[in-house]
Amino acid sequence: MTESSTQQPDRIRISGGRVVDPANKVDAILDVFIADGKIAAVGTPPDGFEAGHDIDASGRIVCPGLVDLCARTREPGQEHKATIASESLAAASGGITTLCCPPDTRPVVETPADIELIRLRAEAAGKTRIVTLGALTRGLDGEYLSEMAALKKAGCVGVSNALRPLANTLVQRRALEYAATFDLTVFLYANDHWLSADGCAHEGKVATRMGLTGIPEAAETTAIARDLALVEQTGVRAHFCRVSSARAAQMVARAQFDGLPVTADVAIPYLYLTEIDIRGFDSNCHVIPPLRTIEDRQRLRDAVQRGIFSAICSDHQPHDPDAKLRPFPSTEPGISGLDTLLPLGLRLVDEQVMGLNELIQRLTAGPAQILGLPCGTLTVGNTADICIFDPELTWQLDPSTIKSHGHNTPFMGWELKGRVTHTLLAGRQVHAL
Amino acid sequence: MSNASLQLDAHGRLKHFLCIEGLNRQLLSEILDTAESFTGVTEQTVKKVPLLRGKTIVNLFFEASTRTRTTFELAAKRLSADVLNINITQSSTVKGETLLDTLRNLEAMHVDMFVVRHNDSGAAHFIASHVAPHTSVINAGDGRHSHPTQALLDVFTIRRTKGPDFGRLRVAIVGDILHSRVARSQIHALNLLNTGDIRIVAPRTLVPAHAESLGVHVYHDLEAGIEGADVIIMLRLQHERMQGALLPSEHEYYELFGVTEEKLAVARPDVTIMHPGPINRGVEMDSEVADGSRSVILEQVTHGIAVRMAVMSMAMHHHKERKA
Repeated sequence: MTESSTQQPDRIRISGGRVVDPANKVDAILDVFIADGKIAAVGTPPDGFEAGHDIDASGRIVCPGLVDLCARTREPGQEHKATIASESLAAASGGITTLCCPPDTRPVVETPADIELIRLRAEAAGKTRIVTLGALTRGLDGEYLSEMAALKKAGCVGVSNALRPLANTLVQRRALEYAATFDLTVFLYANDHWLSADGCAHEGKVATRMGLTGIPEAAETTAIARDLALVEQTGVRAHFCRVSSARAAQMVARAQFDGLPVTADVAIPYLYLTEIDIRGFDSNCHVIPPLRTIEDRQRLRDAVQRGIFSAICSDHQPHDPDAKLRPFPSTEPGISGLDTLLPLGLRLVDEQVMGLNELIQRLTAGPAQILGLPCGTLTVGNTADICIFDPELTWQLDPSTIKSHGHNTPFMGWELKGRVTHTLLAGRQVHAL
Repeated sequence: MSNASLQLDAHGRLKHFLCIEGLNRQLLSEILDTAESFTGVTEQTVKKVPLLRGKTIVNLFFEASTRTRTTFELAAKRLSADVLNINITQSSTVKGETLLDTLRNLEAMHVDMFVVRHNDSGAAHFIASHVAPHTSVINAGDGRHSHPTQALLDVFTIRRTKGPDFGRLRVAIVGDILHSRVARSQIHALNLLNTGDIRIVAPRTLVPAHAESLGVHVYHDLEAGIEGADVIIMLRLQHERMQGALLPSEHEYYELFGVTEEKLAVARPDVTIMHPGPINRGVEMDSEVADGSRSVILEQVTHGIAVRMAVMSMAMHHHKERKA
C-alpha cells in the first residue's frame, strides 16, 4: 500500500488531545505515539521514543479513523459523477480512513480483477483505504450465483446484491447458503422487489398529497421477515443495510435477542430527515429506501442509541448535477454524504440522542466489526488510522467547502459543528486542515 | 421552496399556475369570477379578445391529450395569443434530450408561457423553478399530483349549477383516486371552497394511503357513498388497472361502482353528474346517466375554455405589470 511512502516522518506524537477509543474503553486526555505506521503507545511514550513530528491536539478529540460501511466512489463506470481519487480526498478530509464500496459499479464487482482494479486505484489515490463487497449474484441479476470463493480470496469483505434485492426466494436461499459455506457476511438491503417497484417516496400522507408512487413500509418488513427466516435456516451471518422504518428496527432487535447472527446499520440522513422534507419536490431528498415518518426517525435514533444498529454510515452517493435536475420521480436517488458523516453525527451528541463514546463506537469499531476488519480502534500494535477533530469548530457546508465531487445534499447551507483537523492513514498524514 | 411561494408573486397574485394547494379562497374566487366574464366571449360571434396579442404560448405535452390540449389551444387563441403545440410523447426523450434541454431550446425562441403536461409528478413545479423570469408555467397535469385547471372548471361548473354556497353540498368522487391527479386537485379545490361533505368512493386498491388526510370521507360502497349526494364526479378507469392486479375486471367494477339510473335513486333528485372525460361507457357509468338531463359533462368541456382563459390571462397579466 502507499502507506509505505517515505516523505513523512515515521514517528509521530499526538499530544494533549482527548482520546476517545470506545473499543478499549478509553476516554481521557492522553498522548498517542505512532511508529512505523502503527500505534506504538497510548499515554506513556515507549522507551526512547523521539517524535519526528508533533501534532498538537489540545482542545481536540483523537479517535480511530472512521469506518464507513457504504460509500460509492462511482469508479469504475460513472466517473462523470465522481472518482476514487475525488472521493478518497473527501473521505480523508472527513476523517474516514476505511470505506466500503457496494458492488454496483459498472462493471459490477464480481471478479478478482474488479476488486484488484479498485484496490490499485485507491492505493494510487492514497488517501483512504477502500474495501469492497462482491456481487451476491452474477451481474446483480438475481438469477445466478457469483463466484464467491474467488471473490473472498481476492479480498472482498462480504457479498451483497446492493440496491437490487432478489425477487426469487429460492435464489436468495441458495445465495445465503453458498455465502455461508465460505463464512462470508451477506449485506442485505431489505426491500421487496415487487412492493417497491416504481416507488420514489414513503407510502404515506406526503406521497399521497404529492401524487408520488409510494414504497410501503411493508416493502421493508416483508423482505426482512423473509430474510430472517432464511438466515435462521442457513446460518449465514447477515447484515441489514440502511434500515429505514421503526418496525424493521424492531424486527432486527427481536432477531438479535433470539440470537441470530444479524447486525444492521442506518445511514445518517435518515436520523435527520423525514418524508416531510420531500415537499416542494426536493430531489436532494429522493433516497432509496425512502425517508419515512417522524415516528420512524425517532425509533431509528433509539435503535442506534441502544446498539441495535451497531454502525452509522454515510450511504454516500455522489451525483452529477444533471442526475438531480429532473422532475422528482425521474431523478437518481441518493445523497452525497462523506463530508457530513462526522459533523451530523456530532449533532446527535449535541441533541443528546447518544453520548460521544457511543457515537464514535458506531462510526469506528462498530462498522469495523461488521466488516471483520481489525481497524476502528487505537489498540497498541494496530495500524495507525486516526481522526483528530475540533468538536467546537463551526463551518458551513457549501459548494466551496464540500470536498466530494457530488454536491447533491439537502444539508447544503447547514451550519455544522465539528471539523476534522488531521487524518492519519497507517501513520501517514493524509489530511490537515 | 413550497408550491405556494413558487406560483404566487410577492403580492399573492398568480405568476405560474401549478396546483390548487397554496391558493387562498379569495384568489380561487377571483379566477372563477374572471372565467365567468370570459364565458360571454366564447358565446359571441367574434370569439376573441386582444388580451394576449403578440404573446407566444407553447403547449408542451409529454403525454397524449385531446380535450385538455384543445381547450388550452382554443383559450389561448381566443385571447389572441400565438400558439404552438409540441407533443413530445416519446421523440426527444428517446433521443436522450433531457427535459431541461428541451425547455432551454424552446426558451431560446422567446416563449412567454408554457402549458405543460408530463407523466412525472412535480414536473410543472420543476419547470417553473427553471424557466426564465418572465415566463409563466401552467400545469396541464403532472403525474398523479395535480391537474388544477380541470379542478377549477369542475368547481366552476358546480358553482354555476348549484350556486356559490358549497357549504351545503355533498360531493362524491367515484373511481380510481389512487392514480388520479384530477381527484387530488378537485379535493383541494372543494376544501378551499368549504364544501360541506367531500367523499371518495372506490375499492381499497384504488384509494391512496391515508386518503382521509386529504380532507375527505372514504367509502368503499357506491350506494352508501353517493347517498344524498348533490354532485357525483366519476373518474376515468384506465384499462391497464386490470393488469396491475388492482381490479379483477371491468365487468365487476361496473357491477359495483358503475353509476346507473337505478343506483342514482339514493342520491338527491337534482344530483349533478360530472366526468372529466373521456368516458368509458358501461364501465364508470351507463349511457343513460352520461347523456341524461342531470349530466353536465359537456358543459364541463365548454367551461374548460373560459377557466383556462382566466388562468392564462391572470398569470400573464402579472408579467405585464412587472415589466411596466
